[in-house]
Amino acid sequence: MADIVSLAEGVGRLVHDGDTVAMEGFTHLIPHAAGQEIIRQRRRDLTLVRMTPDIVYDQLIGAGCAKKLIFSWGGNPGVGSLHRFRDAVQNAWPVPLEIEEHSHAGMANRYVAGASGLPFAVLRGYRGTDLPEHTDTIKQITCPFTGEQLAAVPALNPDVSVIHAQRADRSGNVQMWGLVGVQKEAVLSAKRSLVTVEEVVDDLEPVAGQVILPHWAVTCVAEAPRGAHPSYAQGYYERDNAYYEEWDSIGRKRDSFETWLREKVFTEVSEEASFR
Amino acid sequence: MTATTVPETSGTYTADEMMSIAAARALSDGQRCFVGIGLPSTAANLARRTHAPDLVLIYESGTLGSKPGRLPASIGDGILAETADAVISVPEVFNYWLQPGRIDVGFLGGAQLDKFGNINTTVIGDDYADPKVRLPGAGGAPEIAASCGEVFVVMRQSTRSFVDKVDFVTSFGHGSGKGDRERLGLRGAGPTLIITDLGVLRPDPETSELVLSQLHPGVEIEQVREATGWALRVSDGLSRTEPPSETELATLRALKEA
Repeated sequence: MADIVSLAEGVGRLVHDGDTVAMEGFTHLIPHAAGQEIIRQRRRDLTLVRMTPDIVYDQLIGAGCAKKLIFSWGGNPGVGSLHRFRDAVQNAWPVPLEIEEHSHAGMANRYVAGASGLPFAVLRGYRGTDLPEHTDTIKQITCPFTGEQLAAVPALNPDVSVIHAQRADRSGNVQMWGLVGVQKEAVLSAKRSLVTVEEVVDDLEPVAGQVILPHWAVTCVAEAPRGAHPSYAQGYYERDNAYYEEWDSIGRKRDSFETWLREKVFTEVSEEASFR
Repeated sequence: MTATTVPETSGTYTADEMMSIAAARALSDGQRCFVGIGLPSTAANLARRTHAPDLVLIYESGTLGSKPGRLPASIGDGILAETADAVISVPEVFNYWLQPGRIDVGFLGGAQLDKFGNINTTVIGDDYADPKVRLPGAGGAPEIAASCGEVFVVMRQSTRSFVDKVDFVTSFGHGSGKGDRERLGLRGAGPTLIITDLGVLRPDPETSELVLSQLHPGVEIEQVREATGWALRVSDGLSRTEPPSETELATLRALKEA
């Protein structure tokens, strides 16, 4: 049975310095509250994994939590660049950030291999691109049946994966729906998992197209209402597009970022943090 | 340095509007189109509202057959899921739908494009480890460029974006010329159409080098050459783009405001 814990307890128990941490969410259901709790608990030397690192990863990187990023597209969707990510890659601020760069297809397949208990995945990808030259987790493999040259990428098996979902019941069965991205694979490929949810309910009502993660496949569940904000939770709230726009100016300069960090993450200790 | 000299408005429409409309016209009704966000998404949604009502829009966030009532703000905008025929996981999008070649057209943008249609969205500068500018990265583009039946690119044209050779090949176009795709065993035809704010470029059938094949209204060849970072050749059959119709313009503007 998954443990129902507070967000602070969940992060405290499951995310350790030096861990490889995947926090997935493909535009929808991004675990923002959990990411900011990781910053608040001042985790260091994390290897962050994510197909689409966006604002919350910009915040983690700017706060100095990460030493490495494994990713396939890093940007502020619909707005522009991630300035903290750029500053870390180009100027090593606040700490150097090593990167391991893939395509979406490669990353998705790495999670699939991890969730499947296989050492690697095979795909028809990367051919002709400069990515294999700079990413040593992309290799060529020959199909033993046809002789076709294909790409092989190693499984991702994070120490901990963190996702956000709509609901869980009191045993920790997790229900999510809408754009479910690669979240199921991220949880099933990880050694430990933390799922934050909009609400914990007595009984889960079935929803069309839902994904259920049974309680025995999840380590901890934490209630975090609006925990995906500024991204959205289908059936609960819309994406806060203004926040994504505002982040561009907050994240652009080191001092405005540090002010934000001080005022919105470190001084807001109540559950009703004002950045929501 | 941007060398685009087209005026902000030519007549009653802008160069950007002409670009979006020309890009929309390139799509045919009933086609299955893998849509990138930004200009490609604007064009694809315009096409669906004008001449191609049964265009199938596929977004990498996992939506098949989205019919959004407004322009999505990102590839994962909720409206894409709410209006889709099916919502699927990201591994499924890439493995079941893109990789086997079920998609007709990949519609992409980019930061840098070279004379053989190779696209860079990774880094600007010679040194990957110490780039001049760090761009977002590959996303779904390398496999879209490799596996779709053909690829359309829509990009504003300048000497900064249209370069002789891209700093980094994120998505393979025609490599260093004719035959490279076949040698690599890539399945799709690669970039067949580049739509810009000045005109349209197509690969030369003999060499696969991109040549100017169409000029938008009011644009001269010399202007396009000045906005291109290689010695741009002009197709023998150079044509003029039809100006936007009233319906196209009104539909595009309504879409942008919705």
